[in-house]
Amino acid sequence: MLRLEKRPIPSRFWLYATPVVAVILTMIFGGLLFAAMGVNPFAVIKTIFWDPLFGEFAFYLRGQLLVKAGPLILIAIGLSLGFRAGIWNIGAEGQYIMGAIFGAAVGLAFYPTENRLIFPLMVIAGAFGGWVWAMIPAILKTRFNTNEILVSLMLVYVAQTILAKASTGFLKNPEGMGFPGSRNFSSFPAAANPELIAGSGLHWGGVTAVLVALAAWVLLSRHIIGFQIRLTGQAPRAARFAGVAPKRLVVLCMGLSGALAGLAGLFEVTGPAGQISIDFNVGYGFTAIIVAFLGRLNPIGIVLAGILMALTYVGGEMASTNLGLPSAAIQVFQGMLLFFLLAVDVFTNYRVRFGRVEVA
Amino acid sequence: MSSPSLCLELTGITKRFPGVLANDNVGFSVRPGEVHALLGENGAGKSTLVKMIYGLVRPDSGQMRFNGAAYTPARPSDARTAGVAMVFQHFSLFEALNVAENVALGMENPPPLRELAARIRAVSEEYGLPLDPARMVGDLSAGERQRVEIIRCLLQDPKLLIMDEPTSVLTPQEVEILFRTLRQLSAEGTAILYISHKLDEIRSLCDGATILRRGKVVATCVPKEKTSRELAEMMVGATLNPPERRPGEKGEVVLGVTDLSVASPIPFGTSLKEVTFTVARGEVLGIAGVAGNGQDELLLALSGELRVAPDKLRIKGHAAGDLGPNERRRTGLVAAPEDRYGHAAAPDMTLVENAFLTGAIRKGLTRHGFIDWAGAKAYAEQVIRDYDVRTPGSYVAARALSGGNLQKFLIGRELDQSPEIIVINQPTWGVDAAAAAAIRQAILNRAAEGAGVVVISQDLDELLEISDSFAVLNAGRLTKPRPVEGLTIDQIGLMMGGAHGMEVAHHGH
Repeated sequence: MLRLEKRPIPSRFWLYATPVVAVILTMIFGGLLFAAMGVNPFAVIKTIFWDPLFGEFAFYLRGQLLVKAGPLILIAIGLSLGFRAGIWNIGAEGQYIMGAIFGAAVGLAFYPTENRLIFPLMVIAGAFGGWVWAMIPAILKTRFNTNEILVSLMLVYVAQTILAKASTGFLKNPEGMGFPGSRNFSSFPAAANPELIAGSGLHWGGVTAVLVALAAWVLLSRHIIGFQIRLTGQAPRAARFAGVAPKRLVVLCMGLSGALAGLAGLFEVTGPAGQISIDFNVGYGFTAIIVAFLGRLNPIGIVLAGILMALTYVGGEMASTNLGLPSAAIQVFQGMLLFFLLAVDVFTNYRVRFGRVEVA
Repeated sequence: MSSPSLCLELTGITKRFPGVLANDNVGFSVRPGEVHALLGENGAGKSTLVKMIYGLVRPDSGQMRFNGAAYTPARPSDARTAGVAMVFQHFSLFEALNVAENVALGMENPPPLRELAARIRAVSEEYGLPLDPARMVGDLSAGERQRVEIIRCLLQDPKLLIMDEPTSVLTPQEVEILFRTLRQLSAEGTAILYISHKLDEIRSLCDGATILRRGKVVATCVPKEKTSRELAEMMVGATLNPPERRPGEKGEVVLGVTDLSVASPIPFGTSLKEVTFTVARGEVLGIAGVAGNGQDELLLALSGELRVAPDKLRIKGHAAGDLGPNERRRTGLVAAPEDRYGHAAAPDMTLVENAFLTGAIRKGLTRHGFIDWAGAKAYAEQVIRDYDVRTPGSYVAARALSGGNLQKFLIGRELDQSPEIIVINQPTWGVDAAAAAAIRQAILNRAAEGAGVVVISQDLDELLEISDSFAVLNAGRLTKPRPVEGLTIDQIGLMMGGAHGMEVAHHGH
């Protein structure tokens, strides 16, 4: 009989092997799925994983990788801090939207003033917007013991409604001939977030993502707050014994993840998206959850996982345009990655044994 | 080869679990009517052995004979059919059902409840174990619950009764009642296999003893012919020295608790009610009581994890009830909770990280919020050295250490912070005798250096050995502390709440 036996110490090998095995399993089962849909699986896998890096249009697509990876990494780093402490912010998508709206609103309020302080001010407003949106579940949790998973998730749909109102109402471009959407930031240099090096895809969001990843790494490994976060996640009672105030930690982690998601939204709306529109958000806030776990909740791992996930985005789009795959199939493919990751993760803490079950 | 005069005979029993040889070629025998002790430290293999006799675990090799016939129980019901009954250390009773219903649930073919209740009453009177079959188990004391388990066994009319650490939850008076019952059973010819590490009990009750150490039989003896110390040394395999203490001067009061009442933060916990005591420099206050009477809550309130009104708790004369754990550490108070895995330590973190967990404040291991890992490592290694913690290094996860070694590390982590007030819950729970002696000595050394110490423990012998004053926590209330000198076991029993109004027993026996 097959049974699982807890390892005395988590396996180092499986800690690092898990993401690799999960990617391979996703390729195999995703391939089967694509084959069942009547598409050559090898062509799809090649289109997703190879072409964006080394294919014909790689010069353009590599830049797109950074454009997609930036916000994913930024949001995932913030989420990972909370996840490590057992605080489950599932509503980063909403915080991302609210960050974009707050930041864009501040910028547009100054239109058409040209001043170098406008963009930094927008960055602060973006972070603030995400922070405020995350504070709602945080305070409800600390005051009334509500479940932050449900509250933060439901607030995503509230944020989407506000976004719709913004792009058709209070932030609508007065010179937009009645089309929904705000003014485009590319025609408002003081508030825009252009590519720092033409064709590289790198904008301030990518730079911030790298800096935040480094800061998070230092926080977790060297700072007492990082220690408290890890301790709370692993042994909540030991954390209280060590003097951690759990409520303060909830507010801190929710706030940090909200602010980082808000920042990602602001960089996106002023850069690659260009304007507030009804559907400028493309689910980065949700995908970042996969990125956080794929990266083992480790800042460096998250950077790598963000790039990998960006690859499935960029490659997935290529696959759906070139090979006619529905975008839902690509989403299933991405979901499989998280699924296999969590499944394979069992081997980090358990090993499989063959033999009779012992009553003891 | 086996004489019919033996009730149970084991030869060459071996059982291996992944990574441990739990029993190695174990053999012993029990005569009908004999009270036989299985003696050994935690992890010596006693539990595995009785689980095999009761059919819960199968031996890898070896033979068992019961009343002269080969005996290979595949499951507990086989064991019960053969005439083996067992009272476990942890009860398996439903609190919302009454005594008779609980007994019926444990039987294969229970008779109608009315008839069963009459039988329970008859057996309980016959053996001097007063028990009302109609009472809810939830309302019973630990001692009474144990009687339910015993009577459930006696109704099967067993030839062999196995008792696993039966006295750990009993008051001294309840122990007396239990022993009278066991002696009566033995006089009627029932063999009793008695598992314990309490040496005085074994000396007064048992006719023979088999001593296990690391899975092997190291000695067989008649316990009445040995001193407790000789038994302990056979059990541990080393010479033991009782802790020495210099008669220290009692100094000024360092910790004062006045009229402390606080609701338990633990679901179904026990609230503290008007707890009052003081501890002076150089004094060890021992707090006894059966588990679940507010021990955990008292530790939380003293460590600062549970905050109370400022003036209810004074540290060196200053109101400190509203201070958190780290603020209290700054004032000189350290605490060691009972639960090593998850409360006192984070099991998956390394010893260095666990040293930092409480050492950060008093050892100055942070600067502007940044952790001095080199300092934390040095501190962990200091504790490992000072307290003889057996570990491959400071980098291993706490859960990789044995219970005793981890406890030495965790107690050492607190004691090495030059504390002025020390609060410890269950300092030697699940720790082998040698390590326990080392821990007690370390506590006494700190007291001699002028620290005020509160030790909460369920081990009466331990408390009487190290305490200057003694109090009992019962249903959240603390008795008035009394000097240990001159305290008799009877007085202690009364402080512990007597035998829960069950002294009247034994009708005409």
